[in-house]
Amino acid sequence: MRQNVLIGLALLAGLWLARNLYVIFLGLPDEAAQGAIYRIMFFHVPSWFTCFTAFFVAGISSMLYLGKKSTMYDTLAVSAVEVGVVFTIIGLVTGSIWGRIIWGIWWTWDPRLTWALITCIVYSGYLMLRRAIDDPTARAKNSAVLCIFAFASVVITYKAIDWWRTQHPGPVLSIRTGGGNMDPAMEAMLFSNWGALLLLCIVLVAVRMKQEDTSREVESLRRYAHAA
Amino acid sequence: MDQRNFLYMFYGFAAAWGILALYVISLVMREGRLRKELDSVKRMLDSKG
Repeated sequence: MRQNVLIGLALLAGLWLARNLYVIFLGLPDEAAQGAIYRIMFFHVPSWFTCFTAFFVAGISSMLYLGKKSTMYDTLAVSAVEVGVVFTIIGLVTGSIWGRIIWGIWWTWDPRLTWALITCIVYSGYLMLRRAIDDPTARAKNSAVLCIFAFASVVITYKAIDWWRTQHPGPVLSIRTGGGNMDPAMEAMLFSNWGALLLLCIVLVAVRMKQEDTSREVESLRRYAHAA
Repeated sequence: MDQRNFLYMFYGFAAAWGILALYVISLVMREGRLRKELDSVKRMLDSKG
């Protein structure tokens, strides 16, 4: 039953993304200055929104783990972080390719870019920390604490374009500027692709949670086998 | 569609889908490895009685 729901959601995400790709390439107007490269934004920005959402869920889940000590919350946290890191890498790579054309450079130590990289490193560190601790309870507790504090880097990354006006473009979405900075059709597509990527993210997190449960089962059976 | 910088747009989309595809492949491989491990631990427990 659960597997059928997951397959259904994955198909829905696939269809939604295919429809969005069609609109991105053939439906949206051209951007006057940037040429075709601006269409990367429809993956770059939603990827960041998706990873921020995943890290937010991981942070809340980690708090719930510390309060209730249920392994389900730890499983959700690690799964959301892992999938979130994948979307962080997509955000960094697509942004770098866009920067190569628009700025003439692959990378610069602009505050927004630097904090985005720090966020990626901090959450990758979370995943590495989990591999370094053998005891499941200590692993869950220590990583939950790290996950809660790590969310500060997400907030700083999000607010960096308000706090430091340097190389990275400033806010353009109407929820942050009050409107008028972006074609409504383009803005609608950013949110539509965020929805599609979020759905894909939910499917990937659910698959990863199932694997984490299997991994725990293997771990506990192995301990039982050694004790017997 | 405006064709300027088309190649780099292609690189961007290819990179995004490529990273996602690599992650999905890693999930599938991990699933196979975990199933093998689970079967082997269960067999070990069965053999111990």
